[in-house]
Amino acid sequence: MSLGPYASFIVTSYLTAAWVVALLTAWIAIDYLNQKRRLRELEDNGVVRRSGRSATEP
Amino acid sequence: MTPINLANPTRFLSLTARLLPCLAAATIILLLAGLYLSAAAPDDYQQGATVKIMFIHVPNAWLSMFVWGVMTTAALGTLVWRHPLADVAAKTAAPIGTSFTFLALVTGSLWGRPMWGTYWDWDARLTSALILLLMYLGLIALWRAVEDPSRAARAAAVLTLVGAINLPIIKFSVDWWNTLHQPASVLRMGGPTLDRAFLMPLFVMASGFTLLFVTLHVAAMRNEILRRRVRTLQMMQARASSSDVSAVPPASQPA
Repeated sequence: MSLGPYASFIVTSYLTAAWVVALLTAWIAIDYLNQKRRLRELEDNGVVRRSGRSATEP
Repeated sequence: MTPINLANPTRFLSLTARLLPCLAAATIILLLAGLYLSAAAPDDYQQGATVKIMFIHVPNAWLSMFVWGVMTTAALGTLVWRHPLADVAAKTAAPIGTSFTFLALVTGSLWGRPMWGTYWDWDARLTSALILLLMYLGLIALWRAVEDPSRAARAAAVLTLVGAINLPIIKFSVDWWNTLHQPASVLRMGGPTLDRAFLMPLFVMASGFTLLFVTLHVAAMRNEILRRRVRTLQMMQARASSSDVSAVPPASQPA
């Protein structure tokens, strides 16, 4: 596959998109792990929901 | 399960636990198929291989407006029906919409340089898209500035509804003004002007990016619900410790 004289523009577009999508996905995944950890810490300290159910489970 | 059942965050979390793996798998398959079709697409007779930038640029440009549309619907849900998940949906869509708008502008610039001879021009389409990016950033700043989520939700909902005026301006800017940006070539009266060889990869990439938005949005909503549970538990903990302190008789407290 030949990308011609403007290959750098095409490759940069695709790499930028991949980088932003990867960053966004990683941020959301890390945020999920952080929230679960904070909820576990609170429950370990004896703070529970009024319903008595675990806050980390649906 | 009816949509009204999903108003319950607990039911929503239970649904996302089952839904997210399927959504993620479908997104990866569609994006890989889209990338393959983009690579295999022929060169344009005028633009050459730079037409491949379209398969990234156009889906991101569509989604930049679509996400604001989703936020506008959520804003109505917050202001009119006070749906418990409406402001969660609006808040979590904003960073994703910002990313798509940023990508639309960057890939558009990278496409513009070889085709127009410039990275940027203050024409109506480019400027209105830049305003959309600034509005996304403004909304995120507003959410972060107001600590109480319900107060932030109402202010953000009003701003979102006002910002929705920009959507038809972006869409029709190429028809209303004489712009450097080309007119609509896919979603237009009279059908697409694009050849089928370009339409198929574009359709698959657009579907893949749309599914990517849905996947990331559902995951981000799940995080936001957990964040609010953390906040509630922290407030309960703070109330419990303050009532413990006030229950101690003053004489027994250390000097």
